[in-house]
Amino acid sequence: MSGLDPIETFRQEAQELLEQVEQGLLDLARRPGDRALIDTIFRGLHTLKGSGAMFGFDALAAFTHHCETAFDRVRKGEVPASPSLVSAVLAAQDHMRALAEGTPVDAGAGEALLADLQAAIDGGDAAPAAAAPTAPGLNTFKIRFSLPADALINGARPLPLLDELRDLGEARVRVITDDVPPLDQLVPAECRLAWEVLLTTKHDRDAIDDVFIFVIDEMTLEVEDLTAAAIVEEPEVVEAVVVQEDVPVAANTPAETGRAAKSGDTVRVPAERLDEMMDRVGELVIAQSRLKQLAASSTDVALRAVAEEIERLASEMRDTMMVVRMVPIAQLFGRFRRLIHDLERDTGKQIELSTEGETTELDKTVIERLADPLIHLIRNSADHGLEGAEQRAAAGKPAVGKIMLAARQSGAEVVITITDDGRGVDRARVRAKAEENGLIQPGQVLSDNELLQLIFAPGFSTAAAITNLSGRGVGMDVVKKTIEGLRGSIEITSTPGEGSVVSLRIPLTLAIIDGLLVRVGTGRYVIPLATVEECVELTPAQDLRSTGRNLITLRDELVPFLRLREQFKTGTQPDLHQKIVVVATGQDRVGLVVDQILGDHQTVIKPLSSFHADVGAFSGATIMGDGGVALILDIPALVSLGQRHDAQLRAAG
Amino acid sequence: MTQDTIEALTFDLQGETFALEAGYVREVLDLLPETPVPGAPAFVGAVINFRGRVIPLVDLRMAFDMAVTETTIDNRIVVIEHPLDGEPTLIGLRADKVHEVTSITADTTEEAPRVGMRWRADFIRRLVRRNGDVIVLPDLDQIFAARGQSAPVTALHTAQR
Repeated sequence: MSGLDPIETFRQEAQELLEQVEQGLLDLARRPGDRALIDTIFRGLHTLKGSGAMFGFDALAAFTHHCETAFDRVRKGEVPASPSLVSAVLAAQDHMRALAEGTPVDAGAGEALLADLQAAIDGGDAAPAAAAPTAPGLNTFKIRFSLPADALINGARPLPLLDELRDLGEARVRVITDDVPPLDQLVPAECRLAWEVLLTTKHDRDAIDDVFIFVIDEMTLEVEDLTAAAIVEEPEVVEAVVVQEDVPVAANTPAETGRAAKSGDTVRVPAERLDEMMDRVGELVIAQSRLKQLAASSTDVALRAVAEEIERLASEMRDTMMVVRMVPIAQLFGRFRRLIHDLERDTGKQIELSTEGETTELDKTVIERLADPLIHLIRNSADHGLEGAEQRAAAGKPAVGKIMLAARQSGAEVVITITDDGRGVDRARVRAKAEENGLIQPGQVLSDNELLQLIFAPGFSTAAAITNLSGRGVGMDVVKKTIEGLRGSIEITSTPGEGSVVSLRIPLTLAIIDGLLVRVGTGRYVIPLATVEECVELTPAQDLRSTGRNLITLRDELVPFLRLREQFKTGTQPDLHQKIVVVATGQDRVGLVVDQILGDHQTVIKPLSSFHADVGAFSGATIMGDGGVALILDIPALVSLGQRHDAQLRAAG
Repeated sequence: MTQDTIEALTFDLQGETFALEAGYVREVLDLLPETPVPGAPAFVGAVINFRGRVIPLVDLRMAFDMAVTETTIDNRIVVIEHPLDGEPTLIGLRADKVHEVTSITADTTEEAPRVGMRWRADFIRRLVRRNGDVIVLPDLDQIFAARGQSAPVTALHTAQR
């Protein structure tokens, strides 16, 4: 951890703090007056200011100071947390983010934001908050605190803490040396002292907590309120504990980092190191399958045992690596609350965002690449899907439009749905637009699903007017492309007048999949195991019978199939016992006729160059145990090809 | 070719000598097992395993309308790093025979003639005169962008003649 650039570390920390502050602010907009939230936000701002100044981000520290001051007044109950104040701080927070990232900012912008902030506070002054300020008068506290032994090493210094306490009022400090070891055992870098301070002050208990805000998670702190005749003594201590657990904002202060390193709770690792490690695991898996092949052709029992052991370890290693890279999707969903806030402002519609399944985990890289498509989809829902308040009232719907984001795991995929209760997709307009753009022939017969899928066609946009939000040329086709780049799929269903549901199916990870290895002619191919439903034999009789229409009956259902031998023009004779591997994506199933099923294979996915991007039938390649290459079949592409074949045959016959 | 000299790796394709700037060349390999990609054009009909990476194997003979002959013991794969659609990509090039790295001076090179060429003119960057022979410096950007499609322009040239 010490090897990291401290500035970079600060930026990461600032990023997290700002995110937490933002979440706090958004919650506060819904639950104004929630003390815990106000404290959370205050601490976040306070820590940001403190670390900012420490790492030389003076502009940030100075700017944050004003926001902090504003929130301090909220905290003291002098000013209510009005919506205008929340909005002002939210806006200010974007400025802080820019400052933290070192992006050049307009000098006037900061002042304008501060003016807004001031206006919001002054506006609030007219209506004083319900929370009663602490009664004036002098309080006496007995404070006893000690720092952890490694506090000095981690940069915490007791002297400034004592000075700060002195600033609060009249303080009598006594040092407690009970824990100091004999001289021969004394480690000079360790802090074994404790202090007892008798403080008489006009401030309240919170002021004392503020002194220790950077070190509170580490230290032991006991505060006795001698003014109130020791009645509240016990609850006060308990409260201090609860607060520090409830408020993760205090995390990542320098002292906290020290604790993490010590207890091994969490370690912050740059994502690229994880990627490197993933590559190594990938190579290990390849080497392991080579070993497995060698062992299989050997009679050496010991070698076989080792090979099996390595196989087990490699597979466990792979699974562990996967888990390490998994992050809860809450990270992603959290960002959209701000988006909704902005969308409400821009569209003038009232929108309520609800989320479900935030604990669903996805590979980190997948999460990052999902952000943009999801933002686009949510914008679309808010802009095109949800109606204005009047229209909603006319349709008998509640004024507040609902957008629901949900995630759940289904096998090796995560399904993310964006549901709105808006007007639904206007089929007639989609058709008119598609005809206008030449995507379909006028009067062409399309199933409802096909019609809806036109939305994802390149160059399609139904927005009659280009708004600030969507319809800026970045269309749904880009969304679809991104999702497909993640080996996922996208579908839309919609009921007129009731709303639309967009479902994304995303594989859990990008790097390694379980595959079914098959042979077609002389070539070997991998079918992602997650898409395989079942394998059945294609008997020679069936084979002959089905030459005209490629359909088999599976449990009373007709399934179209593709002969991969013909598809790939192998020019070889079919094996006597051909197999059909039935694969599915979403609702559609298709059978793939292969010559032989070779078994399962842990597949490390290697990308194909853009030379082969337009071939269509392959989504990547993998390296086999013997050093050869096997291509990974692009199941969605093959399924749609199979379905199209079938439709053509039906139309013809 | 503004610089005075370039170092170039020379190799043969169907009796013609080609040259590639040595800086692009990563490695020269003996033939490896190839995996055909069904549905891909013959120009990039296969992929190979190059040190744990799957890279495309390009047959420049397709871009220059050359016949495909039996492989010989001299056949090699020249692995180069070249931008492909904006991304640096490792690409294998088939070669009938690889020669030495040689210095090419600017004053021995000239533009490819606009007419009278059997090949697409934009596929050729420069021609180099050497010992009464001609070495071709192919324009890989153009060739890769066209995916080695030589046919339409060849037809045009035939019509001109």
